[in-house]
Amino acid sequence: MLETFTTMPDSLPPDSVGLVTPQTAHFDTPLELACGRRLEQYSLVYETYGELNADASNAILICHALTGHHHAAGYHAMSDRKPGWWDDYIGPGKPIDTSRFFVIALNNIGGCHGSTGPTSINPETGEQWGPDFPLVTVPDWVESQKRLAESLGITRFAAVVGGSLGGMQALQWVMDHPDRVGHVAIIACTPKLSAQNIAFNEVARQAIRSDPEFHDGWYSRVDAVPKRGLKLARMVGHITYLSEHSMGTKFGRDLRQDRLNFGYDVDFQVESYLRHQGDTFSTAFDANTYLLMTKALDYFDPAATAGDDLSAAMAPISCPVLVVSFTTDWRFAPSRSRELVNAMIHAGKSVSYANIDSPHGHDAFLLPGERYETVLGNFLTRAYDHACGAQATQKPSTKETSHA
Amino acid sequence: MRNDLAQIHDWIPEGARVLDLACGDGTLLASLKETKQVFGYGLEIDPDNISACVARGVNVIEQNVDDGLANFADDTFDRVVMSQALQVLRRPDRALEEMMRVSREAIITFPNFAYWRHRLHLGLKGRMPVSKSLPHAWYDTPNIHLSTFADFERLCRAQGLKIIDRAVGNGDHEPHPAATWWPNLFGEVAIFRVCRDNCPPDQR
Repeated sequence: MLETFTTMPDSLPPDSVGLVTPQTAHFDTPLELACGRRLEQYSLVYETYGELNADASNAILICHALTGHHHAAGYHAMSDRKPGWWDDYIGPGKPIDTSRFFVIALNNIGGCHGSTGPTSINPETGEQWGPDFPLVTVPDWVESQKRLAESLGITRFAAVVGGSLGGMQALQWVMDHPDRVGHVAIIACTPKLSAQNIAFNEVARQAIRSDPEFHDGWYSRVDAVPKRGLKLARMVGHITYLSEHSMGTKFGRDLRQDRLNFGYDVDFQVESYLRHQGDTFSTAFDANTYLLMTKALDYFDPAATAGDDLSAAMAPISCPVLVVSFTTDWRFAPSRSRELVNAMIHAGKSVSYANIDSPHGHDAFLLPGERYETVLGNFLTRAYDHACGAQATQKPSTKETSHA
Repeated sequence: MRNDLAQIHDWIPEGARVLDLACGDGTLLASLKETKQVFGYGLEIDPDNISACVARGVNVIEQNVDDGLANFADDTFDRVVMSQALQVLRRPDRALEEMMRVSREAIITFPNFAYWRHRLHLGLKGRMPVSKSLPHAWYDTPNIHLSTFADFERLCRAQGLKIIDRAVGNGDHEPHPAATWWPNLFGEVAIFRVCRDNCPPDQR
């Protein structure tokens, strides 16, 4: 075992949720899907951090993005080199404060990290679902998340939080189940994908589908992996996650060796970086899941069912909303968040909006950022006070206003 | 609460819908929500103020008033408030038009450039006034469109607006007898209540 040769840390950072163990919930109630098909049974793998309080009022749901999963915080083993994907934001004293909240992070249906998805066995055929796994949508995920919450005794979340595709789920939550969410934070999101967004997704899908190892999605039958396709998909995706500025700062035109090679192998550091990102991803992610997740992104369009009137689609929302965007995000640019905010304003909803100055592009929602952490932390403090009946800690002194 | 905010607070009816332009740390809106069941939004561009508003549970939108209010429909609000911000705007006239489009009534505070001390400063010393209400030097002031009460009243007339009420005070917004007698000379700051000329009386 390789791990035994690496130095194991004796302790984990004090603001970490520590060692965590994924759990699995199994559901036998069929899930009717937007595509018209249904899943007779399914499993969801999830992690929780913090303690659920006696009246189950302090729960926060974390919705993951395109390639995310249930391991949002902490470590699975002392030998883990990296914590969960949103560890900077989840932990004691962090914006999603596990000393107050009970945090749930899950892997969505269709995923490839343990929840029922294309790599699961289809009980009807006895083999992997593969490309036959139904296309799931954001509303489908929300319904499955609701059932997971119920299985844990939670009928109302203090808050639902998500970035990017996760933000879409958070938004869907407050449209579908306004009575079950106390506060919602929608980060680096969009009310629907633009033609350009869909175009990038289609390039990624074509990269996968045209890989000879893809075998129309039945690659597992022949023990193949469409690695080249996945690698290309990740490379093109990754470009859209970074800003021109952050790529420029990180790599510029730096060469890997101090000269041009006059060939087609790696000259520039940025090529090397993208290839590395692609290679790592191609062995860690399932191709059918990637296809399915990108389709879920493409299909998300809450206004479509409200006569293309986004503010009409926002009508059911009844809780305070926080929308956050990042200045250099060009995948889901600040203007897309403003569309969402303006639709909510038009619908008369309680909404706040912060456009965080960050050089990191779309990826900024995953990275540390002082202002972002403060705004999200302040909003969730409100969520806690509201949900858990604590006296609001941030009320301005009422004495000062007694003149009125 | 600052004296000007306290006066504004008094002029806003129970249950009103309020837009606060350059809402600062959200003190006014938080208090209005708490004591008068007001629903409102604040516009702000300062990151710390935005965080403070969020902490208070005030709906705050990161938006520069200079970019207009196009995202707010006509007559969305009962009151629009602009406290000590008119003079920092690129086009106060357009801002005023926008304010009166989204709301039946506006409450606006700004410093009076024609205040006697300011006049003395300029007239005798020959230098740009610096005072409690105008604390900056000419080169680093955010106040790029200073005006007098008389100027503002002319702008209101030109835009077909009616001044319903006016509270004139010193730099701390405390009332002063002389300021009531000759506001444009003895008033340092004022809070104006302005409505559209064709605006029906407030039913609240």
